Amino acid sequence: MSRVLELENVQKAFKLGFIPKTRQVLKGISLAVDEGEVFGYLGPNGAGKTTTIKCVLGLIFPDAGTIRMFGRSYLDPKAKAGLGFLPENPYFYDYLTAVEFLDFYARLFGIPAEVRSERIPRLLKMTSMERAADLPLRKFSRGMLQRVGLAQALINDPSLVILDEPLGGLDPLGRKEIRDIILGLRDAGKTVVFTSHILQDIEMICRRVAIIVGGRILSQGRLADLVSEKVLFTEITVSGVPEAELAAHGECVSEPGGRVMVKVYDEPGVEAVLESVRVRRARIHSLVPRTQTLEDIFVDMVKTT
Amino acid sequence: MTAIWTIARNTFKEAVRDRVLYLLLFFAGASIGLSQVLALLTVGDRVKIVKDVGLAAIAFFGALMAILIGTGLVAKEIEKRTIFTLLAKPIRRHEFLLGKFAGLVLVLLVMTGLMSLVLLLLVFAHTLTVDLKLLAAVFFLLLEFILLTAVAILFSCFSTPILSSLYSLGFYLIGHFSWSLVTLIKKMSPGPGRTVVRGLHLLLPDLEILNYKTEVVHGLPIPAAAWLAGPAYAVVYTAVVLAIAVLVFRRRDFV
Repeated sequence: MSRVLELENVQKAFKLGFIPKTRQVLKGISLAVDEGEVFGYLGPNGAGKTTTIKCVLGLIFPDAGTIRMFGRSYLDPKAKAGLGFLPENPYFYDYLTAVEFLDFYARLFGIPAEVRSERIPRLLKMTSMERAADLPLRKFSRGMLQRVGLAQALINDPSLVILDEPLGGLDPLGRKEIRDIILGLRDAGKTVVFTSHILQDIEMICRRVAIIVGGRILSQGRLADLVSEKVLFTEITVSGVPEAELAAHGECVSEPGGRVMVKVYDEPGVEAVLESVRVRRARIHSLVPRTQTLEDIFVDMVKTT
Repeated sequence: MTAIWTIARNTFKEAVRDRVLYLLLFFAGASIGLSQVLALLTVGDRVKIVKDVGLAAIAFFGALMAILIGTGLVAKEIEKRTIFTLLAKPIRRHEFLLGKFAGLVLVLLVMTGLMSLVLLLLVFAHTLTVDLKLLAAVFFLLLEFILLTAVAILFSCFSTPILSSLYSLGFYLIGHFSWSLVTLIKKMSPGPGRTVVRGLHLLLPDLEILNYKTEVVHGLPIPAAAWLAGPAYAVVYTAVVLAIAVLVFRRRDFV
């Protein structure tokens, strides 16, 4: 498996204010993305996710460090020929129609007319935008712009797709559709890097993640390695057992309809609650073991920095 | 080359879908038309008045188009962040800038062509002849517009559209008044002061080199040397300005 994207000790500082004050935004970012993987770049707002992406795209120049894409310099147009990019809050030429917009970007890649005429309708269909094909982009909603933006990111059939917050501004159905497209790209062997601060999206889609906080990568690796399978606690909702009896095994919360939700932290506690239910011929409404999530890890990391 | 041409096409499309352009074109047409009214009010050669006011209108509105659209187009790409997706494509930054420039030149070519057509028709209504000599003055004006476009693009590489427009307007005004430095140099006694003014004259643009409106209106010959000096001056100045713009743009961070 070859390395598609590699960043080594990338640093970037900006000078801000009337009397310029240097603010170090990236403090030595090193990460590697292999071919065919879906890589999640996770971090709170202002952590440096978009700045990293902008460095990779050559929109801003790092003060130090190296960036290589497909084994070439990141500024080499040959490297960019295999890249697709969707920016956060996409802004596009609002005087163009969706078809003209995609055609413009396709021409920049030097894609021949016969390929363009096949690919543009296919991408519009894939992003459910075929009905808006001839509408100018200024009439598009944010969700529609996000979709057509995704279509432009795929116009060159890229090997590497970088998506900056691709699920922002979409309704639940739209999020699912875009998620499915990303999974489709993964199945087609494409490499996908996407940034998000929505942890569920990353958990659902990514195989590997890097967590950036305050301009530093705090953790990087396979999601399965980062997130422990260990059960943290079990939530059991029962009815017909007095709360006082359950309180001996864990923390109780009364719920409407005489139900009690008890949070039990160990295996014997779960056994004891089940025994109480059996003896009293009571009812169990739900039993949910909670394992560690990416959110737990993320919250811990943000808190400790 | 493909990238430059693609961006130029898109820039052209953007400009012709911008209402500002049509507003300027309307006022340009109206001003050329106004020459007809002025001609009626004037004693003497009416056709000369039509030509004079018509060419002045083309000069003024052409310069305004070059400055307003030139400063707006690049700045808009940065402000609206459309440049993010564009520079993520396999194009180099100088290709983007040259594409924008080429697109604007194309727009100016079409707009100047349309304004000239209105003037030619108006003159035809008076003389029943197509006065192609007018196109000689328009040719030099077009060179001036192209130079102004390059200047507007240079300023918009590092400044806001409003400031860029003011700077470009400053360049335009200086360009048309810098000839007075020659008079000053003649009147000054030799010394460091004269050397400074002489240096200033060399550095500042001289757009009067591209002004042959009077000659065309009054039927005077355009000096043969002007056909070489004017275009050469405009081309070299434009190339230098564009080269500086590329240098500025190449190292800029798009935050």
